[in-house]
Amino acid sequence: MEIIRNVAELEGWRESLHAAQDPERLVVRVCLGPGCLALGANKVSQAFQAALKAKRIRARVQPLVKETGCHGFCSQGPLVNVDPFDLFYVKVKPDDAEEIVDTTLARGQAVERLLYSENGTRYRSASEVPFYKMQQKVVLKNVGVIDPLRLEDAIMAGAYRSLAKVLTSMTPDEVIAKVEGSGLRGRGGAGFLTGRKWRFAVENVRKNPGPVYVVGNGDEGDPGAFMDRTLMEGDPHAVLEGMAIGAYALGAHQGFIYVRMEYPLAIRNLGIAIDQARALGLLGENILGTGFNFDIKINRGAGAFVCGEETALIASLEGRVGEPIPRPPYPAEKGLWGRPTIINNVETWANVPLIIDKGAEWYAGLGVPHSTGTKIFSLVGKLRNTGIIEVPMGITLGRIVEEIGGGVPGQDRFKAVQTGGPSGGCIPYELKDTPVDYDSLAKVGSIMGSGGMIVMDQRDCVVDVARYFLHFLEEESCGKCLPCRLGLKSMLEYLDRFAKGQGSQQDIDDLHSLARAIMKGSLCALGGTAPNPILTTIQYFKDEYLAHVVDHKCPAGVCRDLITYSINPELCNGCGLCARTCPQGCISGEKKKPHTIDASACIRCGMCMDECPVGAVLVA
Amino acid sequence: MAVTFKSLETILERYPPSPEHLISALQEVQAAFSYIPKEAMTAVCDHLGVPVSRGWAVATFYKSFRLTPRGMHEIKVCLGTACHLKGGARLVEGLERELHVSREHTTKDMKVTLETVRCLGTCAMAPVVMIDENYLGGANIRSLKKELKKL
Repeated sequence: MEIIRNVAELEGWRESLHAAQDPERLVVRVCLGPGCLALGANKVSQAFQAALKAKRIRARVQPLVKETGCHGFCSQGPLVNVDPFDLFYVKVKPDDAEEIVDTTLARGQAVERLLYSENGTRYRSASEVPFYKMQQKVVLKNVGVIDPLRLEDAIMAGAYRSLAKVLTSMTPDEVIAKVEGSGLRGRGGAGFLTGRKWRFAVENVRKNPGPVYVVGNGDEGDPGAFMDRTLMEGDPHAVLEGMAIGAYALGAHQGFIYVRMEYPLAIRNLGIAIDQARALGLLGENILGTGFNFDIKINRGAGAFVCGEETALIASLEGRVGEPIPRPPYPAEKGLWGRPTIINNVETWANVPLIIDKGAEWYAGLGVPHSTGTKIFSLVGKLRNTGIIEVPMGITLGRIVEEIGGGVPGQDRFKAVQTGGPSGGCIPYELKDTPVDYDSLAKVGSIMGSGGMIVMDQRDCVVDVARYFLHFLEEESCGKCLPCRLGLKSMLEYLDRFAKGQGSQQDIDDLHSLARAIMKGSLCALGGTAPNPILTTIQYFKDEYLAHVVDHKCPAGVCRDLITYSINPELCNGCGLCARTCPQGCISGEKKKPHTIDASACIRCGMCMDECPVGAVLVA
Repeated sequence: MAVTFKSLETILERYPPSPEHLISALQEVQAAFSYIPKEAMTAVCDHLGVPVSRGWAVATFYKSFRLTPRGMHEIKVCLGTACHLKGGARLVEGLERELHVSREHTTKDMKVTLETVRCLGTCAMAPVVMIDENYLGGANIRSLKKELKKL
């Protein structure tokens, strides 16, 4: 294909692609999202391709196996959807491909055993499944549907229509006004009004003419969060188009996408998308013949959580150590190489083409006032249903966990939900009616964050979780400012003591004032928000802390120094697996007779519990 | 790949002599040699016009850079939040014992490097371990021992 010279050619191409589509074509959509890929979805796709080669299906057009981005329902993967029957298959193995080809593709019938079932009901279509029913796929509308490596798929889904509209019929000011009117807030965590940020940048460029830059933040450092990964892998053109529109509004001609190096597929897919767009004149010089130049470069992160922070990210783009700087000046005033720079999370960028296409009023009508639109979350942890979800802002935490997530298996209620990653807080079950929007989450001591939502149950210890996040942040601290460098270490020392059953009520109070000092004094949000997990867990789970410190017990059975492993003689069948696994050799017993653990030698590594086939190992 | 002038030259040709390429250039060096050899660091810094001290500052700041050679196989244990809740820490300890190596180090026979990572983005299958390019979801010591035997 040659360069698309103008908008008419773009739309003409789009129309011809649609016209050439056969709506009755058999398409097997195989999810190659991170979770399904890890479960061997590649082999499932290959099995389908082989099965189709071997069979002769009677159809107008040859059936197609389409490898897509994440379908979202990760705990049921590998996932396959078959069009046009709208059949949704779960836990598909490579060996199932032949049967699906024979039964569904050849005869239009469902393979019943591979349909999703819950509480006795079997579901044929994904849209009926409870996990999906309450979601609203807006930003993720193409993920799981298109082949992210095929530009034609993206074009048929509407890609670059908004950019064309912007370049030919809108002024930069009108673009910014639309984004302002939508109420879009940054999806990276802080939730700053996107339109306002762009407005600042444009004012600064007017005061200080010269180069301007746009940056897509795809660093996604929060452990437990993989929303951006899903988006970058599954619909890369959405991110590119959003950045191009932003570049036009700001007068930028160079953009950068910063992707963490732990996401090689996202890097690959974005790179391929950029090459495709460039080859057709949708990026680069004289885009669509309008005279607008804009190109994008991908920079890989090198393993530093702090580089998700905008000024540290900029330092990294400049080839320097990722240390934040004091703000003001904010990047919108002085960013990359001292020039006005707009950094937005990739999810934020992907919202922009939709706002241009459907309008600010439409967007502002989604979600709730002050938190408009939808948000993508990674719903993980102790839940029946885990994966990637997209919901309108304002839905309650409880509905997400119970109705979408299906609740905690084996327990009637969750213990807490951690939102916002290491910068966020733990919200207890009692507050499950908290709406998920920026302000409501802040009111209860947490933050929206980038979208990680970790559900915990009675077997999770909040002291351990707070300590886990703090340990993570302490390792990731850049070390530049004292409150963070030394303060996080000090907080960790307190938590280490609590986990060992040491410390006192006074320590808990001291920890509080230390936390407040760190929040006030830190140079960036890494240190500034580090106390959130501790403060919220102390606020909502004081009893659990006191149990550790005063009673020297860990009620959840997690903190090593406070628990004992024992074997239930009624369940133990004497198989001896535990004894053979024990690194200390402290489990003894005769064959086929109940075994015992010598508590004095036990190091509480938990391996016996992991090995026991009958669940006879108890933790107390 | 041997650290020859030729192999370094091929990499450095791709970068204009400007400091902002430091991280990208070092990433390519590591991709080629599995770590950052001293000679390579000097060559990269000379080419880009950056003091060697800054090169080492960057190589020691960012966690992905290795300053010693890596083993033939890489095992990455995810210690992200979901994996932590599902016992990721126990997996690391178990592997340390099995392989007689500490985390972030390589076995004496240079066969295996054991690393911990902070999130692979496959949280729904926690706890996750990567062995080279392959993901092992719902990992436990037994399944890991099986995979280790294959190596």
